Amino acid sequence: MSEGQIPVEEYETGNTKHKWELKKIKSAHKVIHKSSYKKGKIERGFANRTLYINLTTKEIKEKKVTEEMKKKFTGGRGFGLKLMWDSIDPSTRWNNDENELIITTGPLCGVTQYPGSGKSLCLSVSPATNIICDCNVGGFFGPYLKFSGFDALEIQGKAKEDVVIVIDGENGRITIETAPLEETNTHLLSEQLTHIYATEDNDKSRQKVSVVSAGKGAENSWWGCLNFSFYDIRRKVPRIKQAGRGGLGTVLRDKRIKAIVVKVGRFTGVSNNPADSIKLAEVGTKLHREIRDLDRYQCNMRAVGTAHLVEIMNEYDLLPCENYRFGCFPKASKVFSAEFYKYFTKIIPDGCWHGCTMACAKTVDGFTVKTGPYKGQKVTVDGPEYETVGACANMSIWDPEWVLEFNFYCDTYGIDTISTGTAIAFYQEMYEYGILNKERCDGIELCFGNSDAVLEFLHKMANADKSEFIKVASKGIRRVKNWIIKNSWGDKYLIEECGMESKGLEYSEYVTKESLAMQGGYGLTLKGPQHDEAWLIFMDMVNNAIPTFQDKAEALHYFPMWRTWFGLNGLCKLPWNDIEPANNAETDEPAKVPEHVQNYVDYQNAVTGWNIKKEDLILQSERCYNWQRAMNVWMGRGQRKDDWIPYRSMGPVTKLEYLSRKERYDKQLIEKLNIKNKEVEQMDVKEKINKLYEHRQNQYQKLMDAVYYRRGWTPNGIPTPKKMKELGMDNKEMLNILQQKINEDEKAGLNLWGGKYNKREKPPCNDLKYWE
Amino acid sequence: MDKPKTVKILKFHPEKCNGCLDCERACSQIHFKTDEGGDKSAIRIIKDNKSFKMHVCDQRGLCIDMCPVGALSRRKHGTVWLDNDICIGCQACVGFCPIGAMRKSEARIEPFKCISCGACVRACPNDALDLVQVKISDIKDVVYYKQGA
Repeated sequence: MSEGQIPVEEYETGNTKHKWELKKIKSAHKVIHKSSYKKGKIERGFANRTLYINLTTKEIKEKKVTEEMKKKFTGGRGFGLKLMWDSIDPSTRWNNDENELIITTGPLCGVTQYPGSGKSLCLSVSPATNIICDCNVGGFFGPYLKFSGFDALEIQGKAKEDVVIVIDGENGRITIETAPLEETNTHLLSEQLTHIYATEDNDKSRQKVSVVSAGKGAENSWWGCLNFSFYDIRRKVPRIKQAGRGGLGTVLRDKRIKAIVVKVGRFTGVSNNPADSIKLAEVGTKLHREIRDLDRYQCNMRAVGTAHLVEIMNEYDLLPCENYRFGCFPKASKVFSAEFYKYFTKIIPDGCWHGCTMACAKTVDGFTVKTGPYKGQKVTVDGPEYETVGACANMSIWDPEWVLEFNFYCDTYGIDTISTGTAIAFYQEMYEYGILNKERCDGIELCFGNSDAVLEFLHKMANADKSEFIKVASKGIRRVKNWIIKNSWGDKYLIEECGMESKGLEYSEYVTKESLAMQGGYGLTLKGPQHDEAWLIFMDMVNNAIPTFQDKAEALHYFPMWRTWFGLNGLCKLPWNDIEPANNAETDEPAKVPEHVQNYVDYQNAVTGWNIKKEDLILQSERCYNWQRAMNVWMGRGQRKDDWIPYRSMGPVTKLEYLSRKERYDKQLIEKLNIKNKEVEQMDVKEKINKLYEHRQNQYQKLMDAVYYRRGWTPNGIPTPKKMKELGMDNKEMLNILQQKINEDEKAGLNLWGGKYNKREKPPCNDLKYWE
Repeated sequence: MDKPKTVKILKFHPEKCNGCLDCERACSQIHFKTDEGGDKSAIRIIKDNKSFKMHVCDQRGLCIDMCPVGALSRRKHGTVWLDNDICIGCQACVGFCPIGAMRKSEARIEPFKCISCGACVRACPNDALDLVQVKISDIKDVVYYKQGA
């Protein structure tokens, strides 16, 4: 391994080199529509306009960003919600013409001084959930979009044939071009387009191009992700980061977009034109130094990225193994981060945006592909991240080589490793019970640990296999549950409670069984079960820092709001608490990392010139968070029934699971349910499971009560007009929609607490009409 | 191009220094066309009890691997050089320099550092500064990556 200080030009990945006739590919492009624009200056983090493209009507126009829009929606995901609200109907579904795919930036996006400042926020109506799904993603696209002059890109309509949208921020030109000859799969397509659109034939020019794409898997499943490229001048390959959740890549391909390309000219560390660049550099440098001095003793992100979590999760019984049945596994040490460290290329600044010294985007170069269309080729694999390893643990894949293989194909096929892995794990469990079998799975032996079968499944899916199983299975757990139940192949309870989806979206990779707060962290989310709103397991289960329902509700208010804030600004969450100041543990609220919160206050003020305080950060989020929930209500969701979670995430569904943690569960029956020791000994496992089921379901309902109350929602989970007005979100149409829904709930008797409270317990509030 | 094997670094003779800071002024003239010295100088002379200490880049080049855009490289004479036209001002090199010798002034976002040009040596009235040639392999340093090290 090279020992550092390698001249940029000399680094070799050992990857298979491709020779393409790029001129021929380019000359096959037919320009369908073009438009030019005058580039403006970015002022204090805002380009002050957004770009609207309609592929059906071939319309390209600019929209102005008003001061009111900034005040109410801040930027990033907030702007995305505002643009969606203006453009779609409550009945809009993912493949309707009017559905939009939005990529936004945020006022702090594109700053280079503070680690983690290059995130794009992507929004669309998701095929999985039928409501808006938002994803944040690294890569150069967001910053370049803003440097090209736009705070957001909004795409509506569908093209008739495969197109590439090109935003040339260097020359102020936008074109929509047909793209018949390019590859579809990302690792090849993004390389071709980067070469085609770079102004000059050198690496520095190629680094100024970013490509958004999705591959054949996105075309043929509901797990499509958006791959955002960032060209690596050392490796000489466009690397990728994923907007993974909710099938946004599926929407991209449904619109017949092969790729979106953005290109910029020269930019600097102050292209955002911040109000106070001196302060900005000061805060940023402070964090760089913290990472330099402390990362190796804390998360070791610079060495192994998020994969450092694998061993921690396994240790605490939280690593999802064999479809979340277990939290640790005897073979887990084979996929600990040290194993991947052997594969990772060292001595390269692995940030997914310039200046991110946390550098968690680890990469394996020269990996030899084992299966499928690229068998035998040597490629760069981005990752694996923790979630991908977790997904493989769920499928019982314990060989790093196969984790990399799965990772590579998910990426290049443009599918989400999380949804894909979680879903396959469910199919595998059904296979184990005989509910699915070889015949029902189109000849694929989809049992736990069968890596070949998993890859076979992916390849068949990407090739648009016509078998019923592939067609249904590629739509995810929810549709497979319906399919199995319709065919009467198994016990409905078992099928519903084992499949780890909520709202139609697959769970990400943590076992939440023993942490009630984290069950809420997954269930009481806007877009579906995803840990980006709250991660409370240690706080709740390990440290027991939030024992009461009220404590948990406060955490499920504060942390989702806090984490939403990153998405409003175009930031990454990791540099907030995956590195902590040395004295953090001695502060009043270590879980909040107070010094870093203050960094963000200073940071936002330094860019925008605003004069906000830490409370204002939460207020900014609360506005958008409640608005998104209200939009869910508008689209017919966003109620208590939609915050349902499968029992696999709450407790033991099967005897095997109960027995694997027998001591813990028996103890709970005695201590929490006041059943006598002797009685517990006499009960059979099924009986015990039922008792625990009843108890834990009630706990979850009580948690919902407390959280809804804290968030200012009705007992059915509807944001109240009163709360919306307090936040300044006083759009009359929205207030009427909410009031109408609350009135309907009142008639239907839904404005009642969901938990059953005994005499000694109190619901969150005695006045049930607190929300009026 | 053959890789440079040696580099000139500054050597300080504290016994000859009288703390006049002419070196700093000469340095800021090179970097910012001003004779303010201080924050705009890559070399700093710091009072240390009754003597003086020099604080300046030792050309070990750890920063080269930190730069995301390849703005830092070893020039043919071996000095570690920041190309301002490529730099995007992220401060990663500033933050990660183990001795804080990659500097940032308030005048611009791009950092600056000692380029072993010798302006300070020439400016010193007492010959307290020298440029001495050392082998790069003796001083070279790489970014921390090894687990547990």
